Amino acid sequence: MFEEVGTTTEGDLVINVGPQHPATHGVLHLVLTLNGETIKNVEPHLGYIHRSIEKMSESLTYRQFIYVTSRMDYLSSHINNHACALTVEKGLQIEVPARAQVIRVLMDELTRLASHQLWWGAMAMDVGALTPFFHAFREREAINEIMEETCGARLTMNYICPGGVMIDLHPNFQRKVKEFITLFKSKIDEYDEMVTGNIIFQNRMKGIGLLSKEDAISYGVSGPAARGSGVSCDIRKLYPYEIYGSLNFEEILETGGDCFARYLVRFKEMRQSLSIIEQLIDNIPEGDFQAKTKAVLKLPKGEFYSRVETARGELGVYLISEGGTTPYRVKYRSPGFSNLSALNHMSKGYKLGDLVAIMGTLDLVIPDIDR
Amino acid sequence: MTNEALQETITALIPDTQFETGAEWLTITTDAVAIKPLLTALRQTAGLDFDYLFCLSGVDWKTHFNIVYHLSSTTQRHTVVVKAKVNRDNPEIDTVSDIWRTAEFHELEAYDLFGIIFTGHPGLRRLFLTDDWKGWPLRKDYEDPINMIKL
Repeated sequence: MFEEVGTTTEGDLVINVGPQHPATHGVLHLVLTLNGETIKNVEPHLGYIHRSIEKMSESLTYRQFIYVTSRMDYLSSHINNHACALTVEKGLQIEVPARAQVIRVLMDELTRLASHQLWWGAMAMDVGALTPFFHAFREREAINEIMEETCGARLTMNYICPGGVMIDLHPNFQRKVKEFITLFKSKIDEYDEMVTGNIIFQNRMKGIGLLSKEDAISYGVSGPAARGSGVSCDIRKLYPYEIYGSLNFEEILETGGDCFARYLVRFKEMRQSLSIIEQLIDNIPEGDFQAKTKAVLKLPKGEFYSRVETARGELGVYLISEGGTTPYRVKYRSPGFSNLSALNHMSKGYKLGDLVAIMGTLDLVIPDIDR
Repeated sequence: MTNEALQETITALIPDTQFETGAEWLTITTDAVAIKPLLTALRQTAGLDFDYLFCLSGVDWKTHFNIVYHLSSTTQRHTVVVKAKVNRDNPEIDTVSDIWRTAEFHELEAYDLFGIIFTGHPGLRRLFLTDDWKGWPLRKDYEDPINMIKL
């Protein structure tokens, strides 16, 4: 393995970070080449949680293959399910009822919020502040409870299915979400006060892990990581799906391109998600929560691609159908995989300690990268 | 640019380009030999500016492989799909990692799972699987009695 590094010269040190390392938040294995404490090269070695979801999907039916995707980016499992459901609906030309569309968007945004909360806590913990983690998990628990009541699960929801959602909302849903909005509105200001302005935190973040706009595009970086470099890439705005086109929210852009800019983008996105939930919670239309579909789905021969915005960036589902009951080929363009490809470029020349901050602001979820 | 306008511009640039229309995005079909000049032109021609490679996938069609490039432009906001046919007996295609840096990683994935060799790639290696793994799992004729459960 070490011969591959190639650029090693006298005095360089090659070390492994992970696969079991607290800062990688999962089983990511990086082979670092260091000169003193300065990073010369980062080489990711993946596959520690590779389950070959793409191969598995080839032998699962169009109703089944969606559930496997909850295990990709487990913090945005709703949104993964959503992307697959959209692809199948595109193939079958199913019209999703208005109520289901609103429920889907509500769930997507709650998921995004929960994911960003966890990122915020873990990010602060990575750079040495332990307290925010507990604050973030306290509020995230409220979302998990809401999810549990309606979907029956806290992490791998499997709630969105082709044609709509599996089951109607729990009677407590609206009340609980409203309670959560009131609670979180006061807490998010507290979050801001606690971390954003902290001088130690800012020193760890500002000017670290610079990524220019051109490089972000060339490396295929998407989501908040790219928007921190000023790339407008929010799929919800650019290629609206479901009811996103009619909602009132901003695409957050920062131009700094450093860790702090990416931090700010995600932080501000929490407020935007909250605003979307507020707009929708009193306006859930009555009606069916699922369109009538056949028990066995058969997609016509062809190729279908759908793109959604997960908490980490652009998720693409590329599905090729040969007309049968199972897909011929499914490719997931996962945001984490492309974002990780920029890690080497972003961390070269910075110190070993900065690597943790850079990985934190990329918000890597390893099962999403490995699939 | 609309799909029709894109088709006209690309035809003017490279005369005998093959197109597939009818889908959401304009699709160009080509073979492995012609891929590098075509993609370089798509990236560098003013007005086309395909600067964002958002998906690179391999597909096994049993008789041949396809490498599918999904390209879009962050300034012009148009999208094109390029499919390159790769010979199954001698699966080689030029790398595009010097055009879009993200391809370096995506090509590693295609090499690892399909065994397609990207000539000129800076460091082709197994990405997900172990270095001594035999076979290419996403090929349709791949058999693994231990790890594969058929339903």
